[in-house]
Amino acid sequence: MSVPAREKVELLSGNEAIARGAHEAGVTVASAYPGTPSTEILENFARYEGVYAEWAPNEKVAVEVAHGASMAGARALAVMKHVGVNVAADPIFTASYTGVRGGFVIVTADDPELHSSQNEQDNRHYAVAAKIPMLEPSDSFEAKEFTRLAFALSERFDTPVFLRSTTRISHAKGAVRLGEVSGPPPALGFVRDPAKWVMLPDNARRRHAIVEERMRSLAEFAETFDGNRIEWGDRELGVITAGVSYQYVREAFPEASVLKLGMAHPLPSRLVREFAAGVSRVVVVEELDPHIETHVKALGVPVQGKEIIPIVGELSPRIVRDGISGKSVPVHPAEGLPGRPPNLCPGCPHRGLFYVLNRLKVTVAGDIGCYTLAALPPLGGMDTCVCMGASLGNAFGIEKALGKAALGKVVAVIGDSTFLHSGITPLIDIVYNRGFTTVIILDNRTTAMTGAQENPATGRTLMGEPTRRLDLAALCRAVGVDHVYTVNPHDMARTEAVLRRELFRGEPSVVITEAPCVLLPDHRRKKRPVYEVIPDLCTGCMACSKLGCPAIEWVPFTPEEAVAAGKKGSQKGMARINPLLCDGCNQCPPLCKFQAILEKKD
Amino acid sequence: MTQARGNVFLAGVGGQGALLASEVLGEAFLLGGYDVKKSEVHGMAQRGGAVTTHLRYGPKVFSPLIEPGTADLLIAFEKMEALRFAHFLSPEGAAVVNAQEIMPPSVATGRERYPERIEERLAGVTPNLYMVDALAAALSLREVRAVNMVMVGAASRLLPLPETCYLEALRGRLPERIVGVNEKAFRAGRALLAPRGAGR
Ligand code: SF4
Ligand code: SF4
Repeated sequence: MSVPAREKVELLSGNEAIARGAHEAGVTVASAYPGTPSTEILENFARYEGVYAEWAPNEKVAVEVAHGASMAGARALAVMKHVGVNVAADPIFTASYTGVRGGFVIVTADDPELHSSQNEQDNRHYAVAAKIPMLEPSDSFEAKEFTRLAFALSERFDTPVFLRSTTRISHAKGAVRLGEVSGPPPALGFVRDPAKWVMLPDNARRRHAIVEERMRSLAEFAETFDGNRIEWGDRELGVITAGVSYQYVREAFPEASVLKLGMAHPLPSRLVREFAAGVSRVVVVEELDPHIETHVKALGVPVQGKEIIPIVGELSPRIVRDGISGKSVPVHPAEGLPGRPPNLCPGCPHRGLFYVLNRLKVTVAGDIGCYTLAALPPLGGMDTCVCMGASLGNAFGIEKALGKAALGKVVAVIGDSTFLHSGITPLIDIVYNRGFTTVIILDNRTTAMTGAQENPATGRTLMGEPTRRLDLAALCRAVGVDHVYTVNPHDMARTEAVLRRELFRGEPSVVITEAPCVLLPDHRRKKRPVYEVIPDLCTGCMACSKLGCPAIEWVPFTPEEAVAAGKKGSQKGMARINPLLCDGCNQCPPLCKFQAILEKKD
Repeated sequence: MTQARGNVFLAGVGGQGALLASEVLGEAFLLGGYDVKKSEVHGMAQRGGAVTTHLRYGPKVFSPLIEPGTADLLIAFEKMEALRFAHFLSPEGAAVVNAQEIMPPSVATGRERYPERIEERLAGVTPNLYMVDALAAALSLREVRAVNMVMVGAASRLLPLPETCYLEALRGRLPERIVGVNEKAFRAGRALLAPRGAGR
């Protein structure tokens, strides 16, 4: 690869490239709520000179802030994972009507294959439903270029623009040529224009007509946009594709003719017809729903799509090759290997709480965060998990269905950041509608699941400034919960005692479990003890194993080995603590009836 | 390996630094003048789960994913993970495998056994198997977190780049205060494969 000396090429992830593209486009205000696979976009953007970037409490607020910045003339960015768009849909649909002043781009990072999500919805539907154009890059290089272009389109067509990424774009790296950072945005200042910004029915009705006109112009633009391009090859096979699927198609069928679509909405019609007329067989290769396929079929073009390309999960070159060729080469992964699912970290404060909940045999309405991992064995401590903030409403609904019989039997469990995202309004519902739900807020002082981001309860902003720290207990009291208690979840005996009391209270109560996430630098810097199992004292009862701490390892014995180790022949094994993994949380020592777990002296 | 294109598959356990190792390798190939694509999954994988990275280099790379049966090199940070992803290797591919065993939850809690004869099974998949003790090498440098750079060093023997590319990439990617120990780890890793790898 020959690179002109003055151009700088860097290996960037799709997320880093989007951040860079936004910076090059002159974005000065950006707002987001962290969510895999989108989180690194704002983390990277925040590092540029002269920009403002923030974590909003949720995606709806992020969109409203970015929309407001656009109204005032700034170029503005809102970023979220696919399910975040559900939360933000309300302002998005009407922002489509108001249009923009400074360029306004909304990034949706979809997660085909559910690498780290609760569903694999296809957000191209939002572009259609909200009548907002959507660009779809196919690698890091395009991620940066399309981000810049999205801002240009936004200002040219007076519309918010969606940029859709997927996990394999966001978290794949590729070579990107850095470009110039563009000049300042159009003049700042809010200009009164009620017909554009005040969406009373009369104004909105007129704006709707403008939206339809805009979509017609954009459809025309799509016909000649160079991101929608035909790569003629062998005329036997013609593939219409977009996003990362384009790369898989090029890999699997290097000779084929390809119509590569960089714009997912609106789709071109003449270009599709021209392409279809030039090849003998047309196949649409797209991940998830038949979005392009439906459009092509509506044009009356005969096409194959979802009958040969799966609708569930992400694609790969292999899946594309097998689907189009109709032949499949078998692969033989090694069989019989124990799985390796993710687990809560050693020393994770959530483990103590879920161990207690297990003992209490309650129904646990769960939520989204690291603690969702407690649903896996051996803790198996979660009974529902739907979306951000659902735990409170779900628990309250179970309670209303069962009446008094639910007393003492149901809890809602939610993380601090998730609670601030969507848990406050259902807590108000519980108080207002005379419930007795017990809500447990896991306060680990960070947004851990996505890699430890700040939130309103941490006392720091995304830009690293100190700020007023939200007081969770005071907030709960303010909405009318009279019984708010804070416990240390590493102290499982005390946590259990408080929960037993609160579960049977005939009024709403909130128990805040407070202990830092072990990933936080402050915690990592602290000197922590390491525990060990004294082999002579261990009877192999496995009481400590039930915690599921990754540091506690089970060493199985044969009867001969047991006897050789000075144990009864019937002892099946012994526990051992891996000193490289133990975080010194002191949860396991009290579980051992034989006092076999002691602090290690070196 | 002196070929113009190749596929390197990295497999490890969350927390072992496999992602950082793949960053350094990717950067090294970019410095070596190749087009590079690299794909991995974050999120759930950080919490002690299986972690994989697909790294592809060549004059022009399309797909960021490696297909099963086409990896030229498998770099496995843990023994069982090597076997889990061994089917990604091409018939002529090589594997550099850290002999370290890390128990998955079902084994640590006594519900399943850690599989036996892994080395033998791996040898059945690839004739070019290099077992290394990266943990011991890292511990002798008093830095268990350097396992990843030991592995990069060992694997570098089987890759077409000059040593300077890796070192420059490493310096560019790591915070300054840990560059020294990681350079040592890289060299220690390179030494692990010298006798057998040298002629390749
Ligand atoms: S003290 Fe026990 S439970 Fe806590 S990290 Fe160490 S081994 Fe795990
Ligand atoms: S609880 Fe104590 S005796 Fe039982 S297995 Fe664990 S360390 Fe051994």
